[in-house]
Formats: sequence, C-alpha cells, structure tokens
Amino acid sequence: MNIKNFTNGLIKENPIFVQLLGMCPTLAVTTSAVNGIGMGLATTAVLISSNAVISILRKFIPAKVRIPAFVVIIASFVTIVGMLMEAFTPSLFTALGLFIPLIVVNCIILARAESFAYKNGLVASLMDGAGMGLGFTLGLFVLGSVRELFGNGTIFDVSLLGANYKPALIMILPPGAFLALGILLALYNVVQIKSSK
Amino acid sequence: MESRLTVSSSPHIRSTETTQKIMRDVTIALLPAAAFGVYNFGLRALTILVLSIVSAMAAEALSQKIRKVPITVDDFSAVVTGLLLGMNLPVSVPLWLPIVGSAFAIIIVKQAFGGLGHNFMNPALAARAMLVASWPVEMTTWTAVKADAVSSATTLGILKEGLNVPVPSITDALLGTIGGCIGETSALLLLLGGIYLIYRGVISIRIPGLYIGTVAILTFIITGFDVQTTMLHVLAGGLILGAFFMATDYASSPITAKGQVIYAIGMGVITVVIRMYGGYPEGVSYSILLMNVVAPLIDKYTKPRVFGGAK
Repeated sequence: MNIKNFTNGLIKENPIFVQLLGMCPTLAVTTSAVNGIGMGLATTAVLISSNAVISILRKFIPAKVRIPAFVVIIASFVTIVGMLMEAFTPSLFTALGLFIPLIVVNCIILARAESFAYKNGLVASLMDGAGMGLGFTLGLFVLGSVRELFGNGTIFDVSLLGANYKPALIMILPPGAFLALGILLALYNVVQIKSSK
Repeated sequence: MESRLTVSSSPHIRSTETTQKIMRDVTIALLPAAAFGVYNFGLRALTILVLSIVSAMAAEALSQKIRKVPITVDDFSAVVTGLLLGMNLPVSVPLWLPIVGSAFAIIIVKQAFGGLGHNFMNPALAARAMLVASWPVEMTTWTAVKADAVSSATTLGILKEGLNVPVPSITDALLGTIGGCIGETSALLLLLGGIYLIYRGVISIRIPGLYIGTVAILTFIITGFDVQTTMLHVLAGGLILGAFFMATDYASSPITAKGQVIYAIGMGVITVVIRMYGGYPEGVSYSILLMNVVAPLIDKYTKPRVFGGAK
C-alpha cells in the first residue's frame, strides 16, 4: 500500500508530465541538468517535510483555516531549505535565485497537502511526498538535460556533442523551455498510449 | 442509382481552384526574385534554396507518414515554405542551417498543429525567428554582393547604426544590388511576383497594400518627411517579401475584410516601432508573427452580424 503511494508520483501521476503542476519553476530554472536536479531536490525536501507535519497536525487544523495553516508550515520549511542551500550550495542558490522562495507557492506542495496529507496518516504522507517530489525531480532533470544538451552541447557540463556542434541558443532561452516541454509531453503521451494498449 | 448521386451539404458549385494550383502560383511568383538572389549572391545561394526546399519536402513526407495521414508533398505547400525560408536566410549561413530551419517549420510549426491550414503562424517565419534566436551570429552575417568576401551591413543596418558607409541609392534598392537575405533584395521582382498573385486572384491587395502603406506613411512622418530614407525603408528590407508572400498566408491571417485591415495596419505599426525604436534594424518578421498570433482574436471581434439574427 505504501509502496504504491510512493510509485504513484514517479510515473503514473508525474507532477510535470501528467498533472502539469508547478509549471513556473519547471519552465524557468531548467536551463541545465544541475539546476533541474537542484530545484527538484529542494522541492522534494519541502514536500516531504510539509506533508509529514500537515499529516501529524491534520486533526488539530480546523477545516476553515487549513489553507493559511498549510502555507505557514510550507513557508517555514522553504525558509529552512533556502538557508541550508545558501550555506552549503551557494552557487546553486545563486543560480536558482528567486525561485527558491517561490517554492512556497508551488502548486504541487499545496495540492499534496490539500488532497493527500490532510486526509492520510504519517507514513503514507511521507511516501506520497517522496514519490511526488522525486517525480518532479525526474521531470526537471529530463527537461534540464534536454535543454542543456541542445542549448549548450553538454550534460552536467560534460561535452557530449563534440566541439563542432553549434549550440542552439534558443533551447536555454525561455522559448526553448516551452518547445522542449511540449515535445517531451508529446513523447510521454505516445509512450503512455502505446503501453496501455 | 445511389452510387451515381453524391449527397453532400452546400456549397455545391465546385471551383477548379486547388491547393496545388494556388501554391504553384506562389512558387512561380517567388521564382524571379529567388533567381535574382542567385545571380546576386552566387551559386551558394542556389545550394541554400535547394537544400531548404528539399528538406522541407522531406520533413513534410516524414511527418505525414508518422501521423499516418495522406502524404501531400505534391501540393507545393512544403515547396513554398522551404523556398520562403531559404529566401529569408543570409547567403553565408552554414549548410546545415536551412535543413534545421525547414524541419522546424514543417514538423513543429505546421504538422504538429494539424498540417496545412492549421498552422497558427507562418511556418517559414517562425523557423526564421527560431534560427535568429538560436544562431544569432550566423543569421546576421551579411556577405557583400558579388562575393568579394567582405561582410557588409544591410541597408537598414546602415541606417539604424548610422554607420559611416554610403547608403545605397533607391535604384540599387529597387533593383536589388544590395546586401540582405537571399530573396529579399530585389524589390522590383518581388513586386512583379506580388502583382502576378493579385492578377491570378491568389491574394488581394488589401493586406500588402495597407501594410506597406502604413510603414511608408509612419516612416515618412517620423523621419521628418525624408523621401530618400522612407523609400529605402520600404524597398530595402524584407517588407515587400513579407507583405506580399508571408503576411497573406491564408491560415494565419484574419478572414474578414475589416479584420484584415486591422491586421495589416497593426503589422505596419509594429514594423516601424521595431525599426525606429527597437534593438533590431529589421522588424518585418516579428511584426508578422505577432499579428499572426492575434489573428484569431481579430476575427472574433470583426465577425459580421448574421443576417436576420438578433442585434
């Protein structure tokens, strides 16, 4: 049962490719594979922690004020994660910039709090948070890799396409995020349709 | 009896006009200017034109095969897209660039949105914008006419930067012996092609006429009634090519007459704003793309009232 809660978010209900949630960081920070993974893991940390706390406190939070309560809990963890990143991964912190505080308003976190953690027990909520967070990280990593590969010829700064490759700058510019996400979504749907037959 | 009667909804009058005929006319109208580009810039221009046309046709066939729809490479629409893209490239671009551009135009902009008639913007122009954003150096390196291997600025570039280079004469701009993209230099031959299309009824004068007119009037006023500069702005850039051959794309321009007026004037205003106040010397491609995107909105608000319907 708990395993299912975990694997659910990875592929079947992947936050990016299926639910299309959290599009703002998805499109904005995926200019490289490293940035994608960094953003994904920061979000995962917040998601697991906030899911856990909200699940523990779910009997004490009155239904009428649950959204403000969720936001306070989420914002606390975002602040903690932001300060940890500033201390231990300063370059990533600078690269992601404004998008770290913006994790507070990431729809995935609020959506999981509202639709899962508020209704389920601690272990299930932890599993759900980890699954959704890693699914989000996977999506950001794939998108970041594709954009870095075509826009810079590298993945994790390792040159893959050779010195003669002229990078298509558009892929690391904002339009490239939309192009890459659109094409990846199409491919994902093709695979899903083929495998469900 | 049943097999001899075709039951269909109106209209019942058939026209002999087909996509193939229209697109063939567009190709014919473009050929003089393209041929002049080859004369002007040398055989390399021909290689680029052929590469972009062939890869556009190959991309069309390939994506239609993948989509499992009838392959319609013979309707000339891919040829027109490829030819327009090639004519919008500088002659010095690396040879893989037209191939990438054509593939993007056909696969992403045209076929991914449903094929002929469903593209929301002009495929050749969208590909050009993608190429400029991706490879800005290659796309803005202008080789001088007659291949004496010196790079030169375009006429509009000289005007914009105020370079200390003699500005070409109006006659040069009209004939096309100036720097620029392969197919945009000869205003005279492009106008000839445009007139042919109007004569054949493929396009109406409304969009190109109002577009060029708006640019001319605005430039004339902004430059303080300078006839020379105004003429160069009309003749030297991509305005004639864009106005007659790309702004008039059926799928991405408004349908109603009133809508086409708004569309054409909008393109004129945006072009002049980009040329005069923006960062780029040329704004035709972006202005057409921007107005392509608002075309459905324009159509929505200029829809004629249904006869007999309520007010």
